[in-house]
Amino acid sequence: MMSPEHYLILAAALFTIGAVGVLVRRNAIVVFMCVELMLNAGNLTLVTFARTTGTIDGQVMAFFVMAVAAAEVVIGLAIIMAIYRSRRSASVDDANLLKA
Amino acid sequence: MEPITYAQATGLLSWTWLLIALPAAGAAVLLLTGRRADKWGHWVGVATIGAAFALALGMFASLAGLDDKSAATDLFTIISVGEVHIEASLLFDPLSAVFCLLITGVGFLIHLYAVGYMAHDEGRRKFFGYFNLFAAAMLVLVLGGNYFMTFIGWEGVGLASYLLISFWQMKPAAATAGKKAFLTNRVADVGFLLAMFLMVSTIGSLDFANVFNGAEGLSDGTSLALGLLLLAAACGKSGQWPFQTWLPDAMEGPTPVSALIHAATMVTAGVYLIARSHVIFSLNENVQTAVVVVGALTLLFGAIVGCAKDDIKRVLAWSTVSQIGYMFLAVGLGGAAFALGIIHLLAHGFFKAGLFLGSGSVMHAMNDQTDIRRFGGLWKVMPLTYATFAAGWLAIIGLFPFSGYFSKDPIIAAAFAREGWQGWVTGGAALLGAALTAFYMTRLFILTFHGPKRWTEDVHPHESPAIMTGPLVLLGLGSLAAGGLMATPVTDWLVPVFGEQHEAHGHLTHMQVTIATTAVVVLGAVLAWFLFRNGTEEAPHAAAWPVRVARADLGGEAVNRGLFERPGRLAANASVAVDGRGVDGVVNGLSAAVGGSSRRLLALQTGFVRSYALSILSGAVIVVAALMVVVIQ
Amino acid sequence: MIVDLAQSVDLAQSAGVGEAIAFWILAPIALGGAIGLVLARSAIHAALMLALTMICLAVFYIMQSAPFLGFVQIMVYTGAIMMLFLFVLMLFGRDSRDSMFETLRGQRFLAICLGIGLAALLASGLAHAVAGLTIAEGGPPTAEGAGGDSNVAAVAESLFTTYVFPFEVMSGVLTVAAVGALMFAHVARKGQAHGQKQASRERFAPGNYPGPLPGPGVFATSDSTATPALLPDGTVEQQSLSEYVPPRQLTAAETAPKQTEGRDE
Repeated sequence: MMSPEHYLILAAALFTIGAVGVLVRRNAIVVFMCVELMLNAGNLTLVTFARTTGTIDGQVMAFFVMAVAAAEVVIGLAIIMAIYRSRRSASVDDANLLKA
Repeated sequence: MEPITYAQATGLLSWTWLLIALPAAGAAVLLLTGRRADKWGHWVGVATIGAAFALALGMFASLAGLDDKSAATDLFTIISVGEVHIEASLLFDPLSAVFCLLITGVGFLIHLYAVGYMAHDEGRRKFFGYFNLFAAAMLVLVLGGNYFMTFIGWEGVGLASYLLISFWQMKPAAATAGKKAFLTNRVADVGFLLAMFLMVSTIGSLDFANVFNGAEGLSDGTSLALGLLLLAAACGKSGQWPFQTWLPDAMEGPTPVSALIHAATMVTAGVYLIARSHVIFSLNENVQTAVVVVGALTLLFGAIVGCAKDDIKRVLAWSTVSQIGYMFLAVGLGGAAFALGIIHLLAHGFFKAGLFLGSGSVMHAMNDQTDIRRFGGLWKVMPLTYATFAAGWLAIIGLFPFSGYFSKDPIIAAAFAREGWQGWVTGGAALLGAALTAFYMTRLFILTFHGPKRWTEDVHPHESPAIMTGPLVLLGLGSLAAGGLMATPVTDWLVPVFGEQHEAHGHLTHMQVTIATTAVVVLGAVLAWFLFRNGTEEAPHAAAWPVRVARADLGGEAVNRGLFERPGRLAANASVAVDGRGVDGVVNGLSAAVGGSSRRLLALQTGFVRSYALSILSGAVIVVAALMVVVIQ
Repeated sequence: MIVDLAQSVDLAQSAGVGEAIAFWILAPIALGGAIGLVLARSAIHAALMLALTMICLAVFYIMQSAPFLGFVQIMVYTGAIMMLFLFVLMLFGRDSRDSMFETLRGQRFLAICLGIGLAALLASGLAHAVAGLTIAEGGPPTAEGAGGDSNVAAVAESLFTTYVFPFEVMSGVLTVAAVGALMFAHVARKGQAHGQKQASRERFAPGNYPGPLPGPGVFATSDSTATPALLPDGTVEQQSLSEYVPPRQLTAAETAPKQTEGRDE
């Protein structure tokens, strides 16, 4: 028999891998994809808890997360495009004007 | 004692504010229009002061027709806090009236004189602006209906005096003299301020009427403190001991300034303050004694130093110190002598202004030299100046029938009238002062106008133009006759202010005093004539120790230097050291610490987004860990 | 069709053993995809890895009585959003494999340590929090829909009743995002576009040389006819030398290094 813990632990693992990916990858698009992975891990958690509690709200929340993610991807990719156009690079380390 | 009340102003008297506004407007026009007014500016100054004089005359006449002899006007509220309400109120009463006439009348003549005297000065417009500013401030001082207004005028004349003393600010001596006058006055003004604070805290008001009516309820200690504080303020403004040192230095200003401010009007503000506050001063025997001591001491001090000086303006300045000492003596004696002090003040205003303007005329003729050892024989060259100077001389030494006789003799008599041994001391001092006055004034007069010529080679003396001699003549006439004309009427006129007083009779009768005074005056004058009829040495010469001490201002400067300057320097150096090592050290150390740590923190700001993300993740881990610890337990 | 699929999945779900088998097959694949995403040198590979993980997740959704979300995951996420990523990657040029050299000192080590720490914390916390948590009887509610009781109808009912306001706000967010992306991507053209006609006129305008520009490397240093042609090995092609132009032999002094660089040996 499956218990919800398996799904939750899998989600935690995916989330952590996504976080580490954000930290170690320099290609902005890959970093962005890692963020998506983290969002997906969150979605898995939501769906699992919806099943556990026997309600539909978790699924609706996951739906909203997907919608927000879609909007975020659109804007994020546009920003990456703009940066790439001006710097000819998609590396997050090159966009370091935030230096003190 | 009947409560003091002041009637509301009506008719012409409700225009009191215009008296102040006229010169103030003149000053504003002169100082604000700039160079455009250079051509005609001085006439604005003369015209406004002349109009003020005419107005003062009219108001004087109106006041004479009133029964209660006072006219108070409230213009607007300056401060209204809790129980304390300070109005911009004006009071025109007999005392203010005579001061107004003196300020505007003598002021008008000196303005006129200055048109000629300053004719070749580039800053004439500015000069007249300051002059009008002074007149406005002085009128505020004497017309103020409460101590606050008086204080405003008090500070205003202080400012104008500073500006005018250092008018030739390119001369270091003038700049220093201005600062000296300003600082000395500030020290004394603290007395005025503290007196006002004391009035507010004990009586709850600064209005003359309220203060005078409430003064009787004050404890002995309070009235003593109040009197002494006001006396300190008065001493500062009037150049009385121990604040006398600034007044002779103030002669660095243009001569009309010396005549108007440092002889005729401003320095009499102290006398005005004491006369105005006569209720407070009469309350406490000790305060009166203090005033008498200050007056007697200063009149001798000024006279002694005056004997030793060779600078024509400085002699006159020390003589001013001495003469105001007489006035202080008079107002300190109280009773009938209050009016005597005011009469002497008026007479002094005329003859001292005349003497100063005469000295200005002499300087004008002698290429701005002031050393009387290089004058002599001028009487032939400048007869008008000579004649008017002679009138002033006769008036100041107090020979019958010149004005000094009518004003000074009664003061000496009143000094003798003091009870017990004090009467002999004060009277003796006043008498000795009269003799010394006769001596140094005669010396000044003879060395300047008589005897052999000791001129430097490049001078070509000439009589001054009519615009300068005209005022001289008028002031000379005033010096000759004014005293006699004024003595009795002024006493009667001032009765509403000081109350009905009876002349005290003391150790000597009036006739005895007159004889004694005349005798010592003649003695002093003859001695001076005998010593100096053939002139004097043209260069400073070694002299016996009394002369040396007198030349050094009787040690006034040395006292100031030792008592204030040297400790002040030490304290300043010490505080510089404390500031440099201590305060700055703390501040610099703090800034270095902040700067260093911020430079170290700066290293964290790499600009790499991934570093920041790492920080965020570590924060998240810490939060989760903390949460776990809390939840699991 | 979706509904039919969902119902068939429901059947599978009822058999717990089937779910367990599916989980234990798909979970490693999902983890592998995630790890591949982080490790892949090529961004394209990373994107494909992510797509793999997402499809696995979609199956998990379906297994967990969320068939609607599962299909949305496949169609919108894997289908649309990942394609968008790939489009952008293609736009940049599928050029290089990313350098895996870490430039920030300690970044990778710390990231892995923190990742392990976070994973441990989350896992232990979850284990602690959900111990004994069971799946609710019958799973999430369904609602009367077109083809009988369905999850889609239940989600729709919830979206359009309880969550109708956030739903409408979401539409605003998406609109703004679309407009914002347009704004970012838009580049204003500077000046007028040159037509062929104008380019030709400029070419023949006075002061311009109308002939073709020299080929690369030909007249780089000299356009003298005396300049000899060089053979590929750098020696002079004798046939290119004119016999009328006297050869000019450089002396040894002229060919010697002039020592202007200062660092010549």
